[in-house]
Amino acid sequence: MHSKDTNAKNITTQINEPLFHVTKRAQISWQKSWAIRIIAIASSLVICALIIVLITGLNPLTVYSAIFDGSFSSERKIWNLLRELSMLLCVSLAVTPAFKMKFWNIGAEGQGLVGALASAACMIYLGDKLPNSNLLLVMLLSSLAAGALWGFIPAYFKAKFNTNETLFTLMMNYIAIQLVAYFVLLWENPKGSSIVGIINSSTGAGYLPVIGGKQYLLPILIVALVTGVMYIYLRYTKQGYEISVVGESQNTAKYVGINVKKVIIRTMIISGALCGLAGFLFVSGIDYTINANLIGGLGFTAIMVSWLAKFNPVYMIMSSFLIVFLDRGASEIATDFRLNESIADALTGIILFFIIGSEFFIQYQLKFRKRGNNK
Amino acid sequence: MSEKRIALQLKNITKSFGDKYANKNVSLDVYHGEILSVLGENGSGKTSLMNVVAGIYTPDSGQIFIDGKEASINSPKDAFSFNVGMIHQHFKLVDVFNATENIVLGIDDEKGFDLKKARTRIIEIAGKYGFIIDPDKKIYDMSVSEKQTVEIIRVLYRGADILILDEPTAVLTPQETQVLFDVLRRMRDDGKAIIIITHKLHEVLSLSDRVAVLRKAEYVGTVITAQTNEKQLTEMMVGVKTELNIHRDEPVNPSSRLIVSDINCKNREGVTVLKNISFEAKSGEILGIAGIAGSGQRELLEAVAGLQKIESGDILYIDPKTQEKEDLRNKTPMQIRDMGVRLSFVPEDRLGMGLVGNMGIVDNMMLRSYKRGPLIFLSRKEPKYLADEIIERLHISTPDAETPVRRLSGGNVQKVLVGREIAAAPTVFMAAYPVRGLDIGASYTIYDLLNEQKQNGVAVIFVGEDLDVLIELCDRIMVLSGGTVSGIVNARQTTKEEIGLLMTKSKEDSKNAQ
Repeated sequence: MHSKDTNAKNITTQINEPLFHVTKRAQISWQKSWAIRIIAIASSLVICALIIVLITGLNPLTVYSAIFDGSFSSERKIWNLLRELSMLLCVSLAVTPAFKMKFWNIGAEGQGLVGALASAACMIYLGDKLPNSNLLLVMLLSSLAAGALWGFIPAYFKAKFNTNETLFTLMMNYIAIQLVAYFVLLWENPKGSSIVGIINSSTGAGYLPVIGGKQYLLPILIVALVTGVMYIYLRYTKQGYEISVVGESQNTAKYVGINVKKVIIRTMIISGALCGLAGFLFVSGIDYTINANLIGGLGFTAIMVSWLAKFNPVYMIMSSFLIVFLDRGASEIATDFRLNESIADALTGIILFFIIGSEFFIQYQLKFRKRGNNK
Repeated sequence: MSEKRIALQLKNITKSFGDKYANKNVSLDVYHGEILSVLGENGSGKTSLMNVVAGIYTPDSGQIFIDGKEASINSPKDAFSFNVGMIHQHFKLVDVFNATENIVLGIDDEKGFDLKKARTRIIEIAGKYGFIIDPDKKIYDMSVSEKQTVEIIRVLYRGADILILDEPTAVLTPQETQVLFDVLRRMRDDGKAIIIITHKLHEVLSLSDRVAVLRKAEYVGTVITAQTNEKQLTEMMVGVKTELNIHRDEPVNPSSRLIVSDINCKNREGVTVLKNISFEAKSGEILGIAGIAGSGQRELLEAVAGLQKIESGDILYIDPKTQEKEDLRNKTPMQIRDMGVRLSFVPEDRLGMGLVGNMGIVDNMMLRSYKRGPLIFLSRKEPKYLADEIIERLHISTPDAETPVRRLSGGNVQKVLVGREIAAAPTVFMAAYPVRGLDIGASYTIYDLLNEQKQNGVAVIFVGEDLDVLIELCDRIMVLSGGTVSGIVNARQTTKEEIGLLMTKSKEDSKNAQ
């Protein structure tokens, strides 16, 4: 209909210039980029409010305050938030050097699990043989080594035979899960429960010391330390520089004489070892047990955290906070208002969608058609 | 002549990227039955403007008229519906398909493919304009010029009346260029409007009817070829008069610096790319390497730089102080550097090999030196100092030393790379196509830098494509053909024809043998 109309008016002209087109921004001030992010969050809240009203009939403001309550309504909740945040951050930091090198390590789950498995094994077999400080050290080292091994294997094959690291690391996850499942049956306690209960619950051997009366404080501080070290490592060390060069262009790396294979293997050992550290923290400082679901999908969420933060460890604090905050908020509204979990997840999904989508508008801008220019 | 019809008319086309204009109020027309050259330095907006016509870019403002009717072109498909076809610099062909399949690919006439019919039409088109093409030949078996032929026929097959060719001769030998020009002239006589983008003046003068000149995103003017000359066009292009003569000194005390003897090498696919190559590079001299693209130039330089394994032969380096000979054969770049051999290399692929596009100038300076110092930490102090010095000395235009180099123009990118390689105080300096894509001003800066290296007693190896430049700049020219040395000539006495013949020599011989 529309085209017929214009044709009738002016047969010789044929104009179908799009309403807008997309151009890449040269540079954007940080104020402007934050304004875009805030607008994105605000509009996501408006959309969510509409959905809340239309589907549940609840007052969106009470729902939003419940999301907030999910993380901040009590001291316990704040500690839980910090704990979850730091563990997610730990795994995110672990995958970051690999990602920066454009090595798609989606095996953080498995690398973390074997790390946890190594710690649990030490607690079970050495719990009464070593003093606690030595035991913790042995646990830490064996977790790092186990994670490193799980990172080394796909890296070695990548460097040697150029295998696909995505599939390889993914499959290593399943091996790790099955391995843990086997040991869970071997170590099950009490018999017949098919779980490993709290390990060394009577002796507390292999438990991280509780400092300041706060159970999670030490793991949180350890992750904070790792964040700082990773920031410096990527930015200010020769190895970090090599990672960037290899990630940007392997040809350039070869041209200046960087041993690309060595960098790939070394970086994946670091990446795997840090995943192993997360496994150690879970076993020795948080859960005191082992099961195949211990890492709980963090290895995959970490990919998003790392990307959202553009591989910058400091930004990763913010992106992992965002993810944990929304996740806790979702379960809070699900229980508070007896909503279906799916609605809560849909809401957090919408918010995340807008936040990730806002990055597009930070990179690009829309130029609308100017009518005046055509005539 | 008076009844020439306007085929394509551009009015006030403006296109910007970020805050940079690629085209600013550019207007020009092309008639049916003429060849128009669009001439301009690099970054003057030639390709952007043509991409607007071909539907790859959408202009910010301005109008396009085709045969007098306003046209809105938003995609290459739209462009074809207006009978506009563009042949890009980088061919877009499917390697494992043959010529016919590539030509009909993507045509949706709701009749299904009839390859037999298509084949007949292709032969018809080829016959009409004098193309030489084998419709059943696979693309991977084709030479660059054959691939280009496929691209041109593809566009004609779709019924294009307005043809745009982006730097069509960049990859061709002089002989192939002549064949292409003959074909283009025949198409012109058939009433097609042909636009060729180029920065080679002699081609403009020999081929086109009119020349439109762009300078720094703006339209300078159009002149009739018969009424102009190189000098006027250069002035229009660069704004100020540029000397066409390249400076050349006599070599001072040349002595052997690099002796390559009988090297053979295979590429990753196991195909022999270098056959019994022997030559000598002398200090204080520029050795040019000429050849059709892909004759082994890249592999040769990479073999010397330690990036390409060789099967047999020796690469001997003679230390200028001790006169000791060291074998560089199959050493890694790191080992070569550790031996104290100061070898600098400006590779063909600047952003993909010589530099890291997403890093700033400082971090790119560091590529060669980041390992220095005993600590595990980087020191950005010296690279920063070096970056500032190079920016100032080579007049690199950049917002600051931290701006990612991929945002800089081609000439500035090259200055960063050459600057870094020279800063290493080399004794052997190799450069592959160092002025490719650069404008005249930037090219001369590079020639000056090469001459400066030569005067400092460096053995300079210059791989070039423009024969005029090779003849004016170099002392000796080695010509490669199909991975062999087909001749080494004295640049002061040779002619373009001689080099052109050497470039195709052994290829023809091997063809005859078959």
